[in-house]
Amino acid sequence: MAPPVVEAIDVRKDFDTVEVLRGVSFAVSREETLAVMGGSGMGKTVLLRLIAGLIRPDSGQIRVFGQNIEHLTEEELLPIRRRMGYVFQGSALFDSLSVYENVAYPLREHTHLREREIEARVVHNLGLVGLGRDVLSLLPAELSGGMKKRVGIARALSVEPEMLLFDEPTGGLDPTNAKLVAALIVQLRGGVCDTAIVVTHDVELARTVADRVAILIDGRFAALGPVASVLETDNPAVQAFLAGEAR
Amino acid sequence: METHLRRTVVWYGGVGLLTGRVFRSMALPPKYFRLVLREVEVMGVRSLGVALTAAIFTGMVFTIQSAVNMARFGAESYVGPVAALAILRELGPVLTAILVGGKVASGITAELGSMKVTEQIDALRTLGVNYVKRLIVPRVLAALVVFPLLTVLADAVGVLGGMVIMFVERGADVYAYWNTTTYWVVPKDFLTGIGKSVFFGAVVTLIGCYNGLSTEGGTEGLGRATTATVVHVTMGVIVSDFFLTKLFLTLFY
Repeated sequence: MAPPVVEAIDVRKDFDTVEVLRGVSFAVSREETLAVMGGSGMGKTVLLRLIAGLIRPDSGQIRVFGQNIEHLTEEELLPIRRRMGYVFQGSALFDSLSVYENVAYPLREHTHLREREIEARVVHNLGLVGLGRDVLSLLPAELSGGMKKRVGIARALSVEPEMLLFDEPTGGLDPTNAKLVAALIVQLRGGVCDTAIVVTHDVELARTVADRVAILIDGRFAALGPVASVLETDNPAVQAFLAGEAR
Repeated sequence: METHLRRTVVWYGGVGLLTGRVFRSMALPPKYFRLVLREVEVMGVRSLGVALTAAIFTGMVFTIQSAVNMARFGAESYVGPVAALAILRELGPVLTAILVGGKVASGITAELGSMKVTEQIDALRTLGVNYVKRLIVPRVLAALVVFPLLTVLADAVGVLGGMVIMFVERGADVYAYWNTTTYWVVPKDFLTGIGKSVFFGAVVTLIGCYNGLSTEGGTEGLGRATTATVVHVTMGVIVSDFFLTKLFLTLFY
């Protein structure tokens, strides 16, 4: 059996006096999509940032691509991060660069491709997210929220990731754009990038894209398993969250 | 009180750690050298007007004040070397560092702070980019070039301004003024000032970068960080100037 792509063992993280994660354990296998759900401020984004090595856990282990990352330096983390793509909640596009330069950025940093090859890759990646050449010269400020998300995904795809990390991919989008992004995440599994962790509070998105779902409540996973079984669990805390009655 | 002390310790520790990371990341890939050139243009060329205007007026004010008051002791003929020593050793490097440094460092804090609060720095990190090499080292290298160059120009303009005002206001003989000045002023007077400016360039840039990278609290936090940078830079230059002066006097006198 292949080792998991991501494995977290009893991960804990505090911010000042607030215990955000209080012993989270899970594993994600290759070709699997895990949706992490939970209310606002429950630590979903913190979990994603821990996996990307953007912050360190207070205790516990995080193994990514078979390597323990919790004690690695920033420089040692760089090659691991090049194997994953991170799609930010607010897109985090470089605001002084055009769409073309944003998507080309990782290619310029990590490859020695000629300009013509870079352009072909940028156009290809934008095509994967349903955007055409007409957006190439636009600045991020000129894009709608949905387009920003899609450009963010195209940029993340530029590193040819083995795993994608999505932070609230449908957050702040209207229902039409939310559906488009959900369909896009499903479509990416068709050979572009088959492994993903999707952090969301959108039940419909989890249903559409995930193989398994985890519900984060009070710093721990209250439920973790196949989507259908978790969404139909009789755990009162999970049911309260799904019904929108959690505190 | 305890919180303030803790914040101060964290700040000094953070600047120290960033300095260590900058030293470890000094070897830049060739493609990043265009970033250094861009920063030289942003810091140097665009600050030239501020640095030279301040230098010429400071030179004139210092010289005319010295002339009026030294005349009371019958020492007006020594105004040239006194003014030149003050400008070359202190006023040139310190004023340039405070004025240009405040402008440059607050700009750096605003830019990096804005990138921090909009997660653009995290985006760089997730794309596998060493953000210290990409964002900090080019600025520090540029400052190490720009600050001494601006100081050389400020020194020249300041001394020249003093000489002109002495000629215009006090009817001094330019030839005698220049001769007295060059007789008393030696190369190390000029070089210690330039040595200080190299150090000031690094301090100013590191403060600007650190405050930008540690910005928290959205646009309000960004405003606070930018204001704090101007204060930190001013205090950093003035305080470190005392210790550099003591060091140079110990080493070279």
